Amino acid sequence: MTTLAPPAVRVSKSTAAPGGGRGGSLIWFTVPALLIFTAFGIVPLLGVLALSFTTWDNIGPIQPSGLDSWTAALRDPDLLNSLWVTFLIMGLSWLVQTPMSVLLGVFLAAHFRYRGLLAVLYFVPLLLSSSAIAITYKALLDPNFGAGAQLGVPFLNQDWLGDPVLAVGLLVFIVSWQYIPFHTLIYQGAVRAIPQSMYEASLIDGAGRIRQFFSITLPQLRYTIVTSSTLMVVGSLTLFDLIWVLTAGGPGRATEALAVAMYKTGFQANLMGPASAIAVILVLVGLTLSQILRRLGGGRGDESQQEGV
Amino acid sequence: MISRAMSRRHLLGLGAGAGAAAALAACGSSGPSSSPGGGGDGVASYWSLSGPPGEPARKAALERFNAANPDTKISSLFFQNDAFKQKIKTSIGAGTGPTMIWGWGGGTLKSYVEAGQVDDLTDWFTQNAAVKDKLFPSSFGAATVNGRIYAMPHETVQPILLYWNKKVFDDVGVEPPQSWDDIMALVPRFNEKNIAPFSLGGQSRWTNMMWLELLLDRIAGTEVFDRVFAGEANAWSDPAVLDMLNKVKQLIDAKGFVNGYSSITADSNADQALLYTGKAAMMLHGSWSYGIQEAQGGDFVSSGGLGWMNFPPVEGGKGDPSNQVGNPGHYLSISSKASPEAKEVAKKFFSTTLIDAEEPKHWIESGNTPIIKGSDSLYGSAPNGEFLKFVYDASVNAKVFAQSWDQALSPTAAETLLDNIAKLFQGQVSPQQWVDNMNAVIGK
Repeated sequence: MTTLAPPAVRVSKSTAAPGGGRGGSLIWFTVPALLIFTAFGIVPLLGVLALSFTTWDNIGPIQPSGLDSWTAALRDPDLLNSLWVTFLIMGLSWLVQTPMSVLLGVFLAAHFRYRGLLAVLYFVPLLLSSSAIAITYKALLDPNFGAGAQLGVPFLNQDWLGDPVLAVGLLVFIVSWQYIPFHTLIYQGAVRAIPQSMYEASLIDGAGRIRQFFSITLPQLRYTIVTSSTLMVVGSLTLFDLIWVLTAGGPGRATEALAVAMYKTGFQANLMGPASAIAVILVLVGLTLSQILRRLGGGRGDESQQEGV
Repeated sequence: MISRAMSRRHLLGLGAGAGAAAALAACGSSGPSSSPGGGGDGVASYWSLSGPPGEPARKAALERFNAANPDTKISSLFFQNDAFKQKIKTSIGAGTGPTMIWGWGGGTLKSYVEAGQVDDLTDWFTQNAAVKDKLFPSSFGAATVNGRIYAMPHETVQPILLYWNKKVFDDVGVEPPQSWDDIMALVPRFNEKNIAPFSLGGQSRWTNMMWLELLLDRIAGTEVFDRVFAGEANAWSDPAVLDMLNKVKQLIDAKGFVNGYSSITADSNADQALLYTGKAAMMLHGSWSYGIQEAQGGDFVSSGGLGWMNFPPVEGGKGDPSNQVGNPGHYLSISSKASPEAKEVAKKFFSTTLIDAEEPKHWIESGNTPIIKGSDSLYGSAPNGEFLKFVYDASVNAKVFAQSWDQALSPTAAETLLDNIAKLFQGQVSPQQWVDNMNAVIGK
């Protein structure tokens, strides 16, 4: 969860166009942010793009090589595998996280006793670092010394990280376990922002809880779902630390997502050119996906959700 | 603490992987911080790995040298293993590296040589034959690129040995294997008793590689891999390679390795734990494993529970059973970018302190086998004397002490190798596909 999605930073027309002399000077306030973004965002990105047209082994001189790195990266059957793994983890973790987060968010948005306590408990995974989570799960699921072996629970005693299917499933589970609290938090806030009057009106019309959920809560959460999904998608694309500590891309290449493939190519195989090509692909995939999600959300995530209700 | 590839040998060798992840920052420990570019005012600089047991021995050497040479002191910096590997590469590339470049030789050294970053020491070793004579001859292979010597072997040797749990062998009533057939015959005996025949930290990949290295050596000697290393086209197509791969497959299919080996990492020492807890009967591992089992296995080692031996021969194999694979040494190169004065200081360090009488003592104290000839006379009083003596004899008597494949090859080829080895153990490539995939990266 590193990147802010476009909808969140989009400046709506009403603030950007106050007109008149004062509006022009407001632009200067963006200069520091733009400078930092250029220095640490745009410049490295261009550097990576330039590197993808060269060969470099991390030590010797950088040699231009035209499209060699790109053809090498695109012809590599493992790139297809990495793309597939990335989308698989992305899709599955979205499918697990979104319904769970919505339901938990709705549940936690109500004001009842004990919910504060529950909320604190739910949010604990969010406070842990991915590496710590990965090391802990790895120890718990160790087939010989883990919880399954110690407690004598055969189900827990599977070769979790050594079986391609189980390893992907486990990754999705851990990613969800880690990030559902975050998305729950988003949904909780969004649900609390829904005007109480809408529920009161529906109550008069005789709507039950389930009807309220599907007819009021869920439609009102539409833009929040887009925002949260964008964050999930971008997060899955950059998912690295958890995979690296847990499986290092294994078994075989079963969990080798794009970011892992990029690291292995660049820093283990010392092929900086093809690694840069993978990085550029990663950026393009991320941009495309977030644009698609914006369109799906009507591209109006910044506008009032109550409009037209 | 995700050490990988070359790092782990050493990290594990130190037995000190423990918890140090936080200290990623270059923990400049002793003395003044080195001036970039390698010793501006005639002072040479030295970078190496931090952490026990290596760091104390390295510091002791530097202190001895600096005390004896107050005018030409060596400044030093110590880094965590993975941080070191990143830092040294970047610094060398930027021309700000130290005078002395600490490393593992082999493929990485070759890439330094090709980039013109390290000095040719061949003539120096010819002029200083006394220095060369003090060191294990087998350790020079990994320091040699295209017939020229680019690094001084120093510190310790770490061959890969076959360990076994004596208690488990007694319980089952069997003897340690004397041949490959014995190994295959032992597998069902242990499986019957629900004991894994072999422990294996398969997720780390290089752990699996040890099997391929030793088997190929016992079947065909060192020539096949030498041809690969020399970049000869289709060198992996030698029938001995297919024979080796099929033998590995047979062992996998016979359930020779512990259940779930693909999820076990060597970094966490879980593979060692399987051996000393008796869940596994045998294990192929580097000599650094002894120290780990001693430190973590309770009284397993001290009560004589651990057995060790050379990898046994294969029936009809051409390889000399005395051949060793592993780390034939650690290596110090001299940066081409260093000033002439700094280079002289470095050479003085090589020819005096690194081979003096004190040097082996510190390494023996740390539980390692020094690379210096004659150091076996010091083992008598050492607590691990018996093991150290075995490693010493195995190393000094080895016809060939080959470097581990992933370190001998270039990082590019090594990554493909490890990837394909993992796939072989997962059943995702057939032996023939393995050969084809590896042929494709020869010389890269």
